Amino acid sequence: MNEFSSTIGQPNLTSILFFFVFICGTLGITYWAAKKSKSASQFYAAGRSVTGWQNGLALAGDYMSAASFLGIAGLVSLKGYDGLIYSIGFLVGWPIIMFLIAEPLRNLGKYTFADVVAYRLKQKPVRIAASVGSLMTVSFYLIAQMVGSGSLIKMVFGLQYETAIIIVGAVMISYVLFGGMLATTWVQIIKACLLLGGATVMVFIVLSKFDMNPVNLFAAATAKYGAKVLEPGGLVANPWDAVSLGLALMFGTAGLPHILMRFYTVPDAKAARKSVFYATGLIGYFYILTFIIGFGAMVLVGQDIITKMDKGGNMAALLLAEATGGTMFLGFIAAVAFATILAVVAGLTLAGATTLSHDLFVNVFRGGKSSEEEEVKVAKRATLFLGVLAVGLGIAFKGQNVAFMVGLAFAIAASANFPALLLSILWRKFSTFGAVASIATGTVLAVGLIIISPTVWVDVFKYPAAIFPLKNPAIISMFGAFFAGWLGSVLRPDLAEQERYEEQKIRNYLGVGAE
Amino acid sequence: MSAEKPLKIDLNLFQTLVVKKWTVSLILTAVMLAIYYGYILVLAFHKETLATKVGETMTVGMIVGLVVILASWVMTGIYVAWANTTYDDLVKRIRGTLKE
Repeated sequence: MNEFSSTIGQPNLTSILFFFVFICGTLGITYWAAKKSKSASQFYAAGRSVTGWQNGLALAGDYMSAASFLGIAGLVSLKGYDGLIYSIGFLVGWPIIMFLIAEPLRNLGKYTFADVVAYRLKQKPVRIAASVGSLMTVSFYLIAQMVGSGSLIKMVFGLQYETAIIIVGAVMISYVLFGGMLATTWVQIIKACLLLGGATVMVFIVLSKFDMNPVNLFAAATAKYGAKVLEPGGLVANPWDAVSLGLALMFGTAGLPHILMRFYTVPDAKAARKSVFYATGLIGYFYILTFIIGFGAMVLVGQDIITKMDKGGNMAALLLAEATGGTMFLGFIAAVAFATILAVVAGLTLAGATTLSHDLFVNVFRGGKSSEEEEVKVAKRATLFLGVLAVGLGIAFKGQNVAFMVGLAFAIAASANFPALLLSILWRKFSTFGAVASIATGTVLAVGLIIISPTVWVDVFKYPAAIFPLKNPAIISMFGAFFAGWLGSVLRPDLAEQERYEEQKIRNYLGVGAE
Repeated sequence: MSAEKPLKIDLNLFQTLVVKKWTVSLILTAVMLAIYYGYILVLAFHKETLATKVGETMTVGMIVGLVVILASWVMTGIYVAWANTTYDDLVKRIRGTLKE
């Protein structure tokens, strides 16, 4: 393979052109959606008009971030097989959503997962607790995405970090503020199609150089870097670490507010279950593509050039695009990566804004009595507030090590959100006190333990040894949350809440009275 | 959010529905956990197994990884197929007997 000098980092005309078309197209959709996004159900849930297949694409769009596209392809290009272990962890949470959460969530809730937890419990304490878990998950995820996007855009387009963050913030705010869930959904769908389409084309070009046989590609990789690239390396060194991280990924996916919120956009539980099926297939397909892209970059670009551009390998997919399809294809893939960032932060911001307006303002502050007009107005203000906050945090965390924040978001989701949600669906005796105890315990343990874990204590604070040995706290924090939920409900049972469980069950399983 | 009207349904049939739904859901969840943690534990304790060659270049680990991805998807498919037929039919029957 010949050495080539990359144009990454220089303004790329095709890239700017593609990106311009994407922005115009999506803002056009936002304009169309704005006329329809007047009521609360339209703003939060796209009027429940999204089909199962569309929601499957949108869920996949929400989940496939630029970090997972570029990051996993990079990891594979440098470490080979270990990248696959990592992506499998992110996929296995989807069947769990299907089996345990998707249908009850759709039947019992209105706009947020807190609707389900608070269904038969006391609204105020449960909503406040659930909002804390929800907002923390969204915030950490959002910071990680913003900081990642700033560095990425700087690296790819040569834009200043702050400028990049402000552009991302401004466009994302316009989608959500004016177009609500309908625009956000379509941005996700378009982005998912572009990302899957672009990656498929790239894989096709790579494989065409190897007689369309991936085994030949893997053989070329072992010829260049040795048999070890197809064998597991050092990623799973400590079994307890792996088990704990696995729990966070598996059950955290079922506790991500921006993912859970998507189930309210479909008309019924049947469409909700279909959408998980499509999403799981698309995400699995996407991880297979990134795996092949990673090996393509390893063989066709070479590890030296990849690490020269970025030590973590994040530029591998873009370098491969340039090596296989020239600056034109590089421009296209770079624009797709940018679009991916926009779509993911839009989804997160909408989920955060919905928690602020629907859970906190309407159901706590106004005691459930608020006009729809007022609710939408508050939701829009919350969007603006969160969008500006995201930009501010993105700039404040510039250059900081935020890699742990995605793991933390998953740990909080698995510990604060998931146990309370599952117990409220499954357990008649679950009480308000139990729910608050579960969410509080999960949040405090997840955040507290990660601070004294190697991920923060050693990697961020630079202390020589960590107090808590595991990199991800889910094994303690998630089971702690289940235990606290049980203990709290046993200590302070509520018979009226148990009686209301009968009605909840009928709605849950039969869909009677579902929104 | 309380029931406006008391609903009368066939409670036996409803109970069957709930039990069936959670039997299927929990079995599938257990299988998923077994597949994923089986894979992780082999990685942690018996990495060599996954490094074993299959044919000239491929390793057991590559095939197992692909199988885990496919299995995740197939299992969601199994659930949908079951829910679209057995579950939805039962729901229809119960809702048919439902009087408001």
